[in-house]
Amino acid sequence: MNAIKNWVTRGGYASFVILALILLVAFPLLMDIFRLNLVGKYLTYGFVAIGLVMLWGYGGVLSLGQGVFFGLGGYAMAMFLKLEASDPESTAIQSTPGIPDFMDWNQLTELPMWWLPFKSLPLTLIAVIAVPTLLAFIISYAMFKRRVGGVYFAIITQAVALILTVLIIGQQGFTGGVNGMTDLKTLMGWDIRDDSSKYILYFVNVGLLLDAILLCRWIQLSKLGTLLLAMRDKEDRVRFSGYDVSMFKVFAFCLAAALSAVGGAMFTLQVGFMSPSFVGIVPSIEMVIFAAIGGRMSLVGAVYGTLLVNFGKTYFSESFPDLWLFLMSALFIGVVMGFPNGLAGLYESHIKPRLMRRKPDAPEAAPAASTELHSSVATSPTAPADIGLSGKVSSQSA
Amino acid sequence: MSNTDFVLAVEDLTVSFDGFKAIDNLNLYVDRGELRVVIGPNGAGKTTLLDLICGKTRASAGSIKFKNEEMTKLPEHMIVRAGIGRKFQTPSIYENLSVFKNLEVSFPRGRGVFGALAFKCDDEVRNKVMEVAEMIGLSDRLELESGLLSHGQKQWLEIGMLLMQDPELLMLDEPIAGMSARERELTADLLLRICKNRSVIVIEHDMAFVSRIAHKVTVMHQGKILAEGSMEKVQADPKVIDVYLGH
Repeated sequence: MNAIKNWVTRGGYASFVILALILLVAFPLLMDIFRLNLVGKYLTYGFVAIGLVMLWGYGGVLSLGQGVFFGLGGYAMAMFLKLEASDPESTAIQSTPGIPDFMDWNQLTELPMWWLPFKSLPLTLIAVIAVPTLLAFIISYAMFKRRVGGVYFAIITQAVALILTVLIIGQQGFTGGVNGMTDLKTLMGWDIRDDSSKYILYFVNVGLLLDAILLCRWIQLSKLGTLLLAMRDKEDRVRFSGYDVSMFKVFAFCLAAALSAVGGAMFTLQVGFMSPSFVGIVPSIEMVIFAAIGGRMSLVGAVYGTLLVNFGKTYFSESFPDLWLFLMSALFIGVVMGFPNGLAGLYESHIKPRLMRRKPDAPEAAPAASTELHSSVATSPTAPADIGLSGKVSSQSA
Repeated sequence: MSNTDFVLAVEDLTVSFDGFKAIDNLNLYVDRGELRVVIGPNGAGKTTLLDLICGKTRASAGSIKFKNEEMTKLPEHMIVRAGIGRKFQTPSIYENLSVFKNLEVSFPRGRGVFGALAFKCDDEVRNKVMEVAEMIGLSDRLELESGLLSHGQKQWLEIGMLLMQDPELLMLDEPIAGMSARERELTADLLLRICKNRSVIVIEHDMAFVSRIAHKVTVMHQGKILAEGSMEKVQADPKVIDVYLGH
């Protein structure tokens, strides 16, 4: 018991535990399945947001094309489900039974070769991760090896998002076009549309998300995390310390892509369809806003940011459909200008000091507990409040 | 190019920026264990020379051989791994990390992506950090956030970060700029200690400092070498007096 308590307080995992309790206990108890399913959908964007924390907050690389990877993961999953839903019996009325309906409408008479791997669930699950990661690797390797960065890189990711959208819409016979892939019913014979499976999918989703946070946290605490931060601030110094800076950025980009893809696959499973409207420029930028509002240095904060913006989006777009876009952009501008470290930064600079003041012995206890040489920076009273690096990250992101 | 016993052999090196030759057919040889100081007026090409050696700028022509290995085509991180360390003019440290972390990150292990993931700060790393911290006089500051160090201490820290990698050739660009007299003293001692088992190239303006540390002085002017030799010799050289020391 004490060991767990130590782990929670010392490693700065308290906020992680709180998030886990909210997602695993509070939400399922307080919400009906319709709302819970909606939360599950929002949380799939959480994967993208924590990927952006690693890529943008830590790596200093802004990508405005995360929808690409979210979409590819989602489409890979949707292709498997679509094939399962298109068995010869249920598609008997088509001119070619046994192929997805949209192919039939587009005069395709047999399944394209590249659809064949998606008949197998293991191959599909591999493709969910591998295809987006491979694309991310190709894009980022080509860019970062040539030292393309900053705004130029962001623009290129936007271009990729646009290209993929155009491609999906244009190749209607292979992709389902602008409607996307709809009428997804079962996963290996298991109906994903009824309430009990929605509960199960919600918990699977939350479980994966929490695992993803722990994985990213582990990376942040490793030397790789330190190097990402170091690169963001003094790229040349890292390069001239013998590190191949471009490969570290490639890694961060691939990691963010893989996480987004998992989110995309979970989206398909929980929402029951996938369409190009989750791939393009607008959703990609929205995903950046989630991370920015939550706090781009904080994994847990990014999840809260995602939930908050999406709740807001649902509420406001139900109540004031015309105003929503303005409100969202105002929120984004406000965050960037008012509190650049997002909700997590707000908590760090305003709420936490007050909590600390109420418990006057807490700050003194902290340095004594941290025997690690380098973690004591976290409690250094002279450290500027807004930097949030080294030891301090542990408190901020946690 | 011929093989030599020199740790660094720069031959016929030229770099031109839009036709302007910042380095013009330059030859430079540095011995093992030598502390070489490069001086010259502003725009002489001193910093460009270091940029070329460490790969930050690419040569238009000529060769740079480090221990008889050609360096001109290698990417920067491979040049570093071959054993060339470079300190920049303004202190270039990770201000938000502690002094300890700054040194730890510079330890030459776990340099690949997955190596960095698996990297553990074991006793070997810790001992090396302690040893280097002792040498640069920051043993009692290990836990301080390095942005809070004084300017001089930041310069030392960056030198320490290079020493973590045990480079055989260390290049320092104006290491005492902005330092107090006392700090200059300490830096001179540090440099003399460092060059015991490696070669060092220093760019410097301060003549008192130069004569204190230099084994040999190279005077550059307009991308070329104007004179080379002991401090007394170059100070007596009429060409040098004309372009540089006389002013």
